[in-house]
Amino acid sequence: MTKVIVLGALSAVAEQTARLYAAEGAELMLVGRDRARLDAVAADLKVRGAVRAEVETMDLAAEAGEARFQGLIQALGGVDHVILAYGVLGGAEVEADLGAARALLDVDFTSAAIWALAAANQLERQKGGALVAIGSVAGDRGRQSNYVYGAAKAGLAVLMQGLAHRLSRSGARAVVVKPGFIDTPMTAHIAKGGPLWARPEAIAAIVRRAADKGGPIVYAPGFWRLILLIIRTVPSPVMHKTQL
Amino acid sequence: MAELSFVEREMSGWGRLAPRTAAVARPQSAAELDTWIGRDNRPYLAVGARRSYGDTCANDGGPILDLTALNRFQGFDRRTGVLTADAGVLLGDLMQVMVPKGWFPATTPGTRQVTLGGAVANDVHGKNHGKAGAFGTHVLAIELLRSDTGRRWISADSEPELFAATIGGLGLTGIICSVTLQLVPIASAYLHNETLPFANLGAFFDLSRSSEAFEHTVAWIDCTARGPALGKGVFHRADWAADGRLEPHRGAPKSLPLPIPDGLLNPLTLKAFNTLYDGLQRAKPRRSTEHYAQVFHPLDGLDGWNRFYGKAGFYQYQCVTPEGSETAVRELLAVISQSGEGSFLAVLKAFGARPSPGLLSFPMAGYTLALDFRNRGAETLRLLERLDQIVSVAGGRLYPAKDARMSRVMFEAGYPRLDEFRRFRDPLCQSDFAKRMML
Repeated sequence: MTKVIVLGALSAVAEQTARLYAAEGAELMLVGRDRARLDAVAADLKVRGAVRAEVETMDLAAEAGEARFQGLIQALGGVDHVILAYGVLGGAEVEADLGAARALLDVDFTSAAIWALAAANQLERQKGGALVAIGSVAGDRGRQSNYVYGAAKAGLAVLMQGLAHRLSRSGARAVVVKPGFIDTPMTAHIAKGGPLWARPEAIAAIVRRAADKGGPIVYAPGFWRLILLIIRTVPSPVMHKTQL
Repeated sequence: MAELSFVEREMSGWGRLAPRTAAVARPQSAAELDTWIGRDNRPYLAVGARRSYGDTCANDGGPILDLTALNRFQGFDRRTGVLTADAGVLLGDLMQVMVPKGWFPATTPGTRQVTLGGAVANDVHGKNHGKAGAFGTHVLAIELLRSDTGRRWISADSEPELFAATIGGLGLTGIICSVTLQLVPIASAYLHNETLPFANLGAFFDLSRSSEAFEHTVAWIDCTARGPALGKGVFHRADWAADGRLEPHRGAPKSLPLPIPDGLLNPLTLKAFNTLYDGLQRAKPRRSTEHYAQVFHPLDGLDGWNRFYGKAGFYQYQCVTPEGSETAVRELLAVISQSGEGSFLAVLKAFGARPSPGLLSFPMAGYTLALDFRNRGAETLRLLERLDQIVSVAGGRLYPAKDARMSRVMFEAGYPRLDEFRRFRDPLCQSDFAKRMML
């Protein structure tokens, strides 16, 4: 059965993705910071059909590295899919506090890149498997409201694109999934509604599919590709008049 | 540790009668929910999928705790069929996971879009009440979070009174966090169904009595029929198949296109719909094998059907009248058909004699009638009061989960164990229904 490592297993999208794997009878390694919550998720996944659901408590931003990743593989007895799903959302407040800006970049880009590289090295060696990272449409064009977060996600997307190129010769795959607005705890403070907001379950289905086919860049849902195509082509003088 | 964080949201019951802005928090973990204790002295209401029609799921001004993110299974014993899960798990989710394993809730309400906690708090019932009793009959234990005593598991053995108050207790005895439920084994996701048209109410009562061997029975009544045809309709009776096809329901429901014109439902369209439905079902008795989703949850295929009634919303009226109250049922239907106001979906079924476990449980042996009324203001309320009188005289009662307008007198007369219940109220749990009934 598929062996899956979920980095950031307590994110809403990651948990819903894990439920899809569980229904297939997968074996899962759930990594996150909060032991009690990880245990609750693991128990849930087992009832849903997971053959195994192991948990590892870790500060993913601080402990990224090859050795840590190999430890997870050993505990699971191998790996087929890696889901890279942790991150923090940041707005304009990081302009005033450059320490916060550095922390955001460390979480959303630097550490994520290290995990992605560690995973890619493994998948390349074993000549198979898939790495799926959660990016963001915010990475497609810098906007005043969240460009630091956007820059981190843009960097991650380019890294994933490069890994997909590198892995293409090995039989392994790398995909970055770029969701638009998702109704999650991360966005609980934003007023929601309308067709642009997706439920985590819907994004999870796209992530799960991305592990099998498609990529290297997948928008979630797909209509965001068109929206971002338009947004990227808006001339700067026009863009600068907006509050986006 | 994550704190509860509140956002202002407009909310109403499923009947969409009185939208109110409320501060809502949606905790992501048990620990986050626990920060409710000692937070402040405001009266909170925990809610699930908010499929109750009126104000049992509303708390105007006071804060609301939305438990739908706490939707994890905790454990399942596939030898005994005992399941423990968070209160926020939807029955639909439960079925999707449990049906392939050959297990099903002992009874299911007419929608699977309700949470486990909501099913307990309203002690919901299904088409097999005669065999299975109400939902609470199959609850083995409840993890309850009270503002005064904290979080703990209760059962019929450990704290029988608090347990009985919590089943059907409308979320007012504390926050229902987890539920341990006895499931029943099934050998198929399908049921053998018989569809029998009947000419009038007398024929319904006959069919109802002669169908007691079937597990699931329900009738749809044509509310426009009058005179000798009063109470004509279609009787469904079904038993689980045993063909091994353990396929859960699939897919997301279809959404209604928006906006829906107001006043889509009037006596004319109503008559047209019922005639059409009658035509589809008419002729001879029919046997079919149908999936549980069709048999139990016919409206779940249409997401947001409550918007059908337009901006003003609608009332659902569900009463039960005791055994031997055939005359009362006849009077109710006569008043409804005369008014021309009844919905196309009038459901009539017999409740069995299995006693409900909750102090405020709705079901009792007799007949239960349920139907929708588009909200036309005072006129609708007057009509419903006429129905109340018939129910009261017959010694019946109304279902709080469906109610938005019954009088306090009506409630107190229908629920004789109210005073016992009051002793188990959590002082910091409150709902608009509880305020209205001075519970």
